[in-house]
Amino acid sequence: MKYYSEDHEWVEIHGEEATIGISEYAAKQLGDITYVELPSEDDDFIVGDTLGVVESVKAASDIYSPVSGTVVMINDALEDEPNLINESPEDKGWLCKLTNIDTSELDDMMNADAYEKYLKELS
Amino acid sequence: MPYIANTEADVKEMFKTIGCDSFEQMWEKAQIKFPPPSLDTLHSGLSEYEVVKHLNELAARNATQLVNFLGAGYYDHIIPAAVGEITGRSEFYTAYTPYQPEASQGTLQAIYEYQSMICRLTGLFVANASLYDGGTALFEAMMMAGRITRRRQAVISEAVSPIFRRMIECYSSNLDIELIQVPSGTDDSAQQRLMEAITENTACVIVQYPNVFGTIEAWEEVTAHAHAKGALAVCSCYPIALAVLTPPGEMGFDIVTGEGQSIGIPLSFGGPYLGFMATTEKHMRKMPGRICGRTVDLDGKDGFVLTLQTREQHIRRASAMSNICSNENLCALTALVYLCCMGKQGLIDVAELCAAKAAFARSEILKIDGVKPVGGEAFFNEFVISLPVDAAEVVGKMIDKGFAAGFPLGRYYPDRKNQLLIAVTEKRTREEIKALANALEAVL
Repeated sequence: MKYYSEDHEWVEIHGEEATIGISEYAAKQLGDITYVELPSEDDDFIVGDTLGVVESVKAASDIYSPVSGTVVMINDALEDEPNLINESPEDKGWLCKLTNIDTSELDDMMNADAYEKYLKELS
Repeated sequence: MPYIANTEADVKEMFKTIGCDSFEQMWEKAQIKFPPPSLDTLHSGLSEYEVVKHLNELAARNATQLVNFLGAGYYDHIIPAAVGEITGRSEFYTAYTPYQPEASQGTLQAIYEYQSMICRLTGLFVANASLYDGGTALFEAMMMAGRITRRRQAVISEAVSPIFRRMIECYSSNLDIELIQVPSGTDDSAQQRLMEAITENTACVIVQYPNVFGTIEAWEEVTAHAHAKGALAVCSCYPIALAVLTPPGEMGFDIVTGEGQSIGIPLSFGGPYLGFMATTEKHMRKMPGRICGRTVDLDGKDGFVLTLQTREQHIRRASAMSNICSNENLCALTALVYLCCMGKQGLIDVAELCAAKAAFARSEILKIDGVKPVGGEAFFNEFVISLPVDAAEVVGKMIDKGFAAGFPLGRYYPDRKNQLLIAVTEKRTREEIKALANALEAVL
């Protein structure tokens, strides 16, 4: 099950871990991504902290952590292939995995249907 | 539309918000010691002729004919006449900021070549297009280390220029940064003390090479120790010395900065001077300032552009790496032209002459009764001597004899009141050095 934030990050929960990325909509808006700045393992974040930066030919955008937690894994592949975010934003282009998460924070996020509705309102 | 955007109504509303009636009351509330004077007290004005006459009279009071042995970070080197001739060309002299690469290829290429030379001198991967001066460059390096490590503490050696340290203290006085200054002392344990001060909270250790007392040190142990603690190693250096010394990049420094005045820019009170900065490939996206890059156009021809601009203020806004998004371009160009004029061997010759003449000067001066050496033989073109009396007084007396004899260290180091820092460049002749020693002997 995927959850989406108003800032266009997504979270997917697998057991104790939350995988985080940016939505297909966000990736499209940014254009060709040239560089991704990821957090380090063991970094702690609370909701809304800047988790990293996605840099495209158009802009550099902060990524806000949609949930609180501790980084257990980062997507190293993005270092050499930042365009994975363009090609597969909601799968191979994931950014990092967090643990020590509080699932009650997901209540404030949208499911896929609600997010789609939200995007329609934006356009 | 007036250029002054605040109408009287705006001003009134702002005063109301902060609870004041007037500017005078605002200065008082803000406890500003020196409020701007009222415009009514300004002079009624002089004619052009009178102004020029007045300025010339003021300028004539400058001591410009002293034989110069004063250094402490700013050095009196020979500047070939070609440097001013080339940089004074209107294509370079008046060209404005190169945001439109299609209209600025000359300026951009010059920046790119300047950056390349800074990389070769420092032994690092990437340099920016320059910063304002050596002190602000060092401050920016400290901030950059903070961004990379997400730590708020810097360990700085007291053998870093006291002028630069004053600038860093001032710039960071209202920032969430803890500065730990480690005494330099006169013993060999200074590096040990620096290493002990580096902890898991340290963003960077900051040193100078050669240090403010002219001493050359090997820094590999300190940089390795900093890295082991997750901190960066930052070094401020003297570019002429780098022609013959091991490049700081090869000693493990992550960020290298320095004052570029010595490479082609004349000494003047207040500048403009030149700050340079270089770093590793790993950290280049955290570097402040503009960077010029080489690329190819649609036809495959070489071209130059400003690159990695997403770090900068005009794109990144509040999250930019720094509020510095300009550069000290005319001075960077001057440094480039100077380095081109000298060439690789020429720069080595300058450095070797400086070192040889300094060694000669030191041996001549140490022959004087009561003058003692401070520090060892490992210096570049600057060394410290201890006098039997207050060094500042001696400097005053030497001015009357036509010499800027050096930098009295007591001004910034109270325990070094009798110590004088003497710099010797390739410009000083054997006769001038002997005359300095004679004059020094006479005033002691």
